[in-house]
Amino acid sequence: MAKRFDIKDLNIYYGKFHAVNSVNLAVPPRNVTAFIGPSGCGKSTVLRSLNRMHEVIPGARVEGKVLLDGEDIYASNVDPVEVRRTIGMVFQRPNPFPTMSIRDNVVAGLRLAGVKNKKHLDEVAERSLRGANLWNEVKDRLDRPGGGLSGGQQQRLCIARAIAVQPDVLLMDEPCSALDPISTLAIEDLITELKKEYTIVIVTHNMQQAARVSDQTAFFNLLGVGQPGQLIEVDDTEKIFSNPGQKATEDYISGRFG
Amino acid sequence: MAEEVTGSSPPAKSNGRRRGDGVFRSMTTGSSLVIVVSIGLIGLFLLIQAVPSLNANNINFFTSPEWATGEVGNLRFGIRDLLVVTVLSSLLALAIAMPLAMGIALFLTHYLQPKLARPFAYVIDLLAAVPSIVFGLWGAKVLGPALEPVATFLNENLAWVPLFSDGNVSLSGGGNIFTAGIVLSIMILPIITAVSREVFRQTPVMQIEGALALGATRWEMIRTTVLPFGRSGYIAGSMLGLGRALGETVAVLIILRSATSSSTFSFFDGGYTFASKIASAAPEFSEPLSTGAYIAAGLVLFVFTFAVNALARYVAGRGKAKAS
Ligand SMILES: Nc1ncnc2c1ncn2[C@@H]1O[C@H](COP(=O)(O)OP(=O)(O)OP(=O)(O)O)[C@@H](O)[C@H]1O
Ligand SMILES: [Mg+2]
Repeated sequence: MAKRFDIKDLNIYYGKFHAVNSVNLAVPPRNVTAFIGPSGCGKSTVLRSLNRMHEVIPGARVEGKVLLDGEDIYASNVDPVEVRRTIGMVFQRPNPFPTMSIRDNVVAGLRLAGVKNKKHLDEVAERSLRGANLWNEVKDRLDRPGGGLSGGQQQRLCIARAIAVQPDVLLMDEPCSALDPISTLAIEDLITELKKEYTIVIVTHNMQQAARVSDQTAFFNLLGVGQPGQLIEVDDTEKIFSNPGQKATEDYISGRFG
Repeated sequence: MAEEVTGSSPPAKSNGRRRGDGVFRSMTTGSSLVIVVSIGLIGLFLLIQAVPSLNANNINFFTSPEWATGEVGNLRFGIRDLLVVTVLSSLLALAIAMPLAMGIALFLTHYLQPKLARPFAYVIDLLAAVPSIVFGLWGAKVLGPALEPVATFLNENLAWVPLFSDGNVSLSGGGNIFTAGIVLSIMILPIITAVSREVFRQTPVMQIEGALALGATRWEMIRTTVLPFGRSGYIAGSMLGLGRALGETVAVLIILRSATSSSTFSFFDGGYTFASKIASAAPEFSEPLSTGAYIAAGLVLFVFTFAVNALARYVAGRGKAKAS
């Protein structure tokens, strides 16, 4: 299930704009990798290129290789729809389907994959909601619309929706930035829990969060205005936060910590 | 006590703002009142004119297919056939235009690149600028004759369906509801497409990305996000189109042949809609009692159209409440 990513010489463009320059990065399985760095340095861009979501934007394209357990997800015979089925994504703002019931939200991915057996779908819904620490709060109202939950609950619903299809990798783009501290803690606990089964890549602006949940941290930076974003360094989270190899990393981290 | 103080001596600035609020409120209240009152007055006008004729009517106004208003002493008029022809032609138009408009709107907003979509959308909008008389002439002279074989085929093979059974006019030339409904569908296509396009375009990107990230194909994404989001707007747009079809006058007048016998509830009937009936008699509106008969028909159309629009508003409003 959990798979590893090997990103080789990845360059990403929006039309003529070179957004990210030559990223080389290995993401081990059953491990949390955090992307940190200033706004606009390309964290989301890199993350979205890992399940080909950037292709939704007209003009966006990549050069280089992204290997999922050795298979290039950009190979010409690979269907982006298939890639997204095996690499789940959780977004910055919770985005459940608002009119769909909570249960249908969770199993939406399975339905898309053609699963019809109601008993099986119900089981998966329960398992995923338990996995996302949401089951106890919603078990009595599974038929109510997903839009009726609180923001934190909606985000956990989105996580349940993403893990229901048992993806190989889970990508999260600032999943807690719209949430209060308590919901944030709930999701951080959940990430630590999910790590046992999934490979996780998370973008965050919160240094403490990166320090708390991740095993390795990748620091991205912009060398100048109009320049592409760069991966400055990647290392064990402990090392990055205690003794980073690059001065830029140290400046960024200490600046944040005051 | 405290309330009294703030109430009696509000700061000058807020006083001015309040006066502005007051002016604005009375302006908006006033203009909505004007609209409501004029609609009421139009209804009242129609009613006052219609009542004497309805009293002088010698047959049932609602259930009789007959229409003879020449003899003031012996008025015989009923709206059954007008209602049947109006509803059949409008529903046929809607049945054709609704799926077509949805397809075009989805294609323009979610398949075609924006660069190509703009001129395409412009062409559809231009359809709305074609005068109805042109649609009428085209329907009567070009489309009607061209549809004759299709109508004959349907009539011969599907005559057991009441809608395709023999009508009260000859199939030749195509002067029937079938042709009129198709022409009407083209006439209402732009408004339904335009409204649907707007609501489909506004589907939140967050939701679209959520569906795609789950591994939805484009069509699956549309089914799970765009259609539920745009549903109420699409229905409201269709209701606007229906309102237009119900009231269309000159195109239908030119296309439909007049029939000598009453309606058979078939698409191959001729005859008149409310609007085309009234327009056809306009030159002879000299005798108040006969005129009143037409006004009574107009009143029914008015109430009918009004109900359709109210329904559209209700559906659109309910959708908005759900979205927030
Ligand atoms: N849809 C787009 N079209 C064109 N340029 C884009 C698009 N999305 C992002 N960019 C550009 O790509 C660069 C990287 O953006 P990205 O969103 O990846 O940054 P980020 O590191 O995620 O920033 P933040 O921390 O603010 O989310 C920026 O210069 C941005 O302006
Ligand atoms: Mg970002």
